[in-house]
Amino acid sequence: MEFSVNNPILFIIFGVVILAVVAQSVFFLVRAIKRAKELGIENSTVKKTISSAAVFTIAPAVAVLVGVVALSKSLGIALPWFRLSIIGSITYETVAASNALNAFGIGAETTITDPSVYVTVLWVMTLGIAASLVLAPLVTKKIQNGMMKMGMKDKKWGEIFNNAMFLGMISAFLGYVFCDVTYLKDGYLQGLTPVCVMAVSAVVMAILGLLSKKCNIKWLTDYALPISLIVGMASAILFSNIFGGYVIPEITA
Amino acid sequence: MKKNLSYMDSVHRYGKIWGISIFVLIFLTPFVVSIIFSCLPDFKALGQGLLATLPMYWAVGIVEVFTYVPMLGAGGTYLSFVTGNISNLKLPCAVDAMERANVKASSEEGEVISTISIAVSSIVTTLVILLGVILIIPLTPILESPVLDPAFNMILPALFGGLAVVFISKNAKLSVLPIILMLVLFIFVPALNASTVGIMVPVGVLFTVAVARIMYKKGML
Repeated sequence: MEFSVNNPILFIIFGVVILAVVAQSVFFLVRAIKRAKELGIENSTVKKTISSAAVFTIAPAVAVLVGVVALSKSLGIALPWFRLSIIGSITYETVAASNALNAFGIGAETTITDPSVYVTVLWVMTLGIAASLVLAPLVTKKIQNGMMKMGMKDKKWGEIFNNAMFLGMISAFLGYVFCDVTYLKDGYLQGLTPVCVMAVSAVVMAILGLLSKKCNIKWLTDYALPISLIVGMASAILFSNIFGGYVIPEITA
Repeated sequence: MKKNLSYMDSVHRYGKIWGISIFVLIFLTPFVVSIIFSCLPDFKALGQGLLATLPMYWAVGIVEVFTYVPMLGAGGTYLSFVTGNISNLKLPCAVDAMERANVKASSEEGEVISTISIAVSSIVTTLVILLGVILIIPLTPILESPVLDPAFNMILPALFGGLAVVFISKNAKLSVLPIILMLVLFIFVPALNASTVGIMVPVGVLFTVAVARIMYKKGML
């Protein structure tokens, strides 16, 4: 068959895999909702979890879509659609694709016409992320069982451990937000953009938290994170104009 | 108790079955493309591409599994590692959901809430991207507009600013040392940046858990 990056057959091949992944999500979703009922979790909590997860996802998903558009220039639409709908993150897929294209000396703006180049890129993307795909099903049970046992043995410590874990993760990302502040001494102000964006989002979150408590607006807490995310993202446009950019070219890990 | 075990066991069983099946499907795609267009990969370029990609991303991938499993729960993990975009989407989504439902990641309630939020997030992501791909021609000028570019690239700071407020206000005492450590590391070690933050997450987690353990033993928490 004659090759083209947007050949309909490619959409069919990749579509099958995407469909399987969606089926997996639906399968786990249905079972988890059933189990939530058995555990006595209130119906309203389940509904709120669903609606706020859906609302929250839209903005980051649009950012992923930007990655699809960027990659589609060289790879066509089918492959980035497949790789970014499922499996990898924007950073990973972009780096893996450009590593493979570099090996051929092809730039990100040139459309691939040779099927052997195309399949090479697909192999690099597939193998590059294989480690976690294989490892996750193998070790999850052991780690999770250990966690549950610890939570049962000492309830208070289990709770503190839980908070410490999330706090540790968040502190790493907070540190990362400041990573280009170092270059302030060389006169580069761009490193301030992520810092200010984070500050705006934090302030919005704090205000929303106070508002919902003081004025007893419960639904506000459910959408506080997506609201602070969107306001933060919008403020990035402003700060990036003030500081002349945001320096860091790749931001999503 | 019996029932409790059986739900978790079934999550693990189905998680493995789905995980391995989808892994096989993903690995079949390059073979199918090769057969249909009767072409082989260029092995020299493949080697070069892998050499540039594998060491870094296999390391990050392995570290991520061990760091994120306790936070995502079992069902959340089985879904997240197949659907991707963990730190910029699935993990914050699950953390926020569990926080609002007031459940712990290591409890079965946390497991269920985390699974629901990650499953919904995965389905919505797929729909948004599908819609975007269908409308790609009218959408491209908007998505590529230089005005909006900073907004799409500042997702992580905008996300973690909000999340940080929730967790720091709840654990003020515990948060001081980890934040100081990470600020100092990221500001003064030039090698730490966007691509190495994945490696620093487990460092932050281990350090914070150690600090928490000491403070707990001393009765400070």
